Amino acid sequence: MYSEKFTASIAAVEAAREANIAYEPARMSAKEKEELLAAYHPDYKKSEFVALKVGANKGDVVPHELADTLQANSRIKADDVDLDSPAYDVDVLVIGGGGAGTSAAIEAHRAGADTMIVTKLRMGDANTMMAEGGIQAADKPNDSPAIHYLDAFGGGHFAAKPELLYKLVNDAPDAILWLNELGVEFDKTEDGTMITTHGGGTSRKRMHAAKDYTGAEIMRTLRDEVLNSGITVVDFTSAVELILDDAGNAAGAVLMNMETGELMVARAKTVIIATGGAGRMHYQGFPTSNHYGATADGLVLGYRVGAKLLYADTLQYHPTGAAYPSQIFGALVTEKVRSLGAKLVNADGKVFMHPLETRDVAAASIIRECSDRKNGVDTGSGTAVWLDTPMIEKIGGEGTIEKRIPAMMRMFAEYGIDIRKEPILVYPTLHYQNGGLDIDADGMTTAVKNLYVAGEAVGGIHGRNRLMGNSLLDIIVFGRSAGKNAAAKSREVSVGKLTLDHIAAFAKECKDAGIVTDAVSPKLLPDYRRK
Amino acid sequence: MQDTVTIYLFGKKYDVPSDLTIMCAMEYAGYQLVRGCGCRNGFCGACATIYRIKGERDLKVCLACKTQVKDGMYIATLPFFPLVKQVYDVERIKPTEQIMMQLYPEIYACIGCNACTKSCAQKLNVMQYIAYAQRGEYEKCAEESFDCVMCGICSSRCPAGISHPQVAMLARRLNGKYLAPKSAHLEDRVKEIKDGTFEELLESLMQKPIDEMKELYNNREIEK
Repeated sequence: MYSEKFTASIAAVEAAREANIAYEPARMSAKEKEELLAAYHPDYKKSEFVALKVGANKGDVVPHELADTLQANSRIKADDVDLDSPAYDVDVLVIGGGGAGTSAAIEAHRAGADTMIVTKLRMGDANTMMAEGGIQAADKPNDSPAIHYLDAFGGGHFAAKPELLYKLVNDAPDAILWLNELGVEFDKTEDGTMITTHGGGTSRKRMHAAKDYTGAEIMRTLRDEVLNSGITVVDFTSAVELILDDAGNAAGAVLMNMETGELMVARAKTVIIATGGAGRMHYQGFPTSNHYGATADGLVLGYRVGAKLLYADTLQYHPTGAAYPSQIFGALVTEKVRSLGAKLVNADGKVFMHPLETRDVAAASIIRECSDRKNGVDTGSGTAVWLDTPMIEKIGGEGTIEKRIPAMMRMFAEYGIDIRKEPILVYPTLHYQNGGLDIDADGMTTAVKNLYVAGEAVGGIHGRNRLMGNSLLDIIVFGRSAGKNAAAKSREVSVGKLTLDHIAAFAKECKDAGIVTDAVSPKLLPDYRRK
Repeated sequence: MQDTVTIYLFGKKYDVPSDLTIMCAMEYAGYQLVRGCGCRNGFCGACATIYRIKGERDLKVCLACKTQVKDGMYIATLPFFPLVKQVYDVERIKPTEQIMMQLYPEIYACIGCNACTKSCAQKLNVMQYIAYAQRGEYEKCAEESFDCVMCGICSSRCPAGISHPQVAMLARRLNGKYLAPKSAHLEDRVKEIKDGTFEELLESLMQKPIDEMKELYNNREIEK
């Protein structure tokens, strides 16, 4: 329910609606985008970044919150556990139970490897579950993996690692088919044609969806398949350190029961980090659309054993986080709302940008509208712009919202806002970790052997910005690939003597660099208790 | 001074700001959540919660992450409920009526009390989708249950011991895999890729200098 203070602005939005529907705003030129990003995108705010003092990326800048956690103390000492009596001894250890972890585990299991998933919450408590809008794949006759490549490469500012992006786009149709054959329900017409839409920065309509529960539908199906396959799942248990063998290769992890604090050793021939993103680090004080456990754990685990980070200085702020009411502050309003025709409108009812610019550009444009241009709406806890959802019903016909974005309708209806009739208030929210651990095309880290990474914990697939629908895609493509490759590799690995010597070595490096801190990492969960 | 309400977490009294969700109120009260907290936005079903307002008779159920506190709420969370999940090979089952009889025969013991529907945090017509499952109408069961977050509240209220979310999960997978029409364009494209159709073109893109890629990107044709 909107209070009276919004009435005048809503009236302006309503009055301009017909004209705004007809109006086709121009897309920005490359130069306009560059200038906008440099002035308003949070990634360009130098004071929020510091150089790492230790580790493989020493000298590189990262958000200061990430630097603090990467250079914090281990939660354990090497002699807290007995490496000679592992509680688990498997071929493939998958850390993380989201979309990438479960895809990896399913493929590793199918390849005959003894596979185990460890996850600090429940399997499926992951950003995958919350991905709403869709998953890209170039499977229409007017499209091709090459066009998909160009869209993603340009959208990511020409910084993606070509061999990773090649894999992403070329394996995409098979990823969709794989999911469909597991029973994922994609939106289709009666003859089986996939219903596809645009996302920001796409040049073809290649966004496949399952209403606006796309990630949830994928995640619950993958979870069900893991349970059917008999893969060992150890939930409410985090990985707090990786274990290497005396050859310096990954060989397991120290696990901690999240409820009892009990430490256990898992020995493995290969390890897959699939720990997801970092929204709960709340970089630059932003709210987040991410799930509760998104705390960059995999980056910490990998970095401490010597793995390299790539593009850890770049984050994605989703342009449309819910800005009102306060109960859903920061929650994701799917880009699909704009794919279906809703435009971004300022306090005076004016359309100020093309609704389908890439996410970084859209976020920067909204920040500019609310800051220097002073055209934002005061929400009581900040400023915001309107996303004029009733346009969707006018363009697509009555009932379009309920059919195509039921989750959005439900989220706002909880608080008395009918998005079919009333516009909604949005502002950028911390959404995605563009950077992560550096891998090769097989998914193995470039610095530590037998250590694989998949999903949001990887850096370099998308470059310095990611297009909508390429993340659900990358967790499936790179999850499956990591699972297959880790399983194959496990057949030729003989694990040497286990060691946790890296803990003391990293601590010494920190001490020598003058780092003094009480902080421990990985963070595992945010602390929202009243201070 | 902020408006506050009085709530009771597992029977213990706390005064909390009135605009908080139940989940944030628990954190405000000092709980560091491990269980019963996942996506924090209504998609994952981790935070099933039961409450009763002081003086009222109705037991209410909700997701703690998207329900605002009210004065006099007695709150108990239900972070785990022992649902029955039957194991099956999705490649070998068929979308026949028999499969439900084999895997979830308890659905035929439904007494029609409708407690499941009344308790659904997503306001789904749960009893109806179970009826569709009983009749082998999996497409309808899939559609009716689509927004299920598998929180398990329905099952906690069911006198017949039905694990509704798992029944619906099976129906959706049957529908997605076997009943929904196949996508010919998808299968064709997968075949083209396996035949290496796009390899040369992609490899040539990978080798182009960045300036040339910028040129291509900035001038690409965008489908209306």
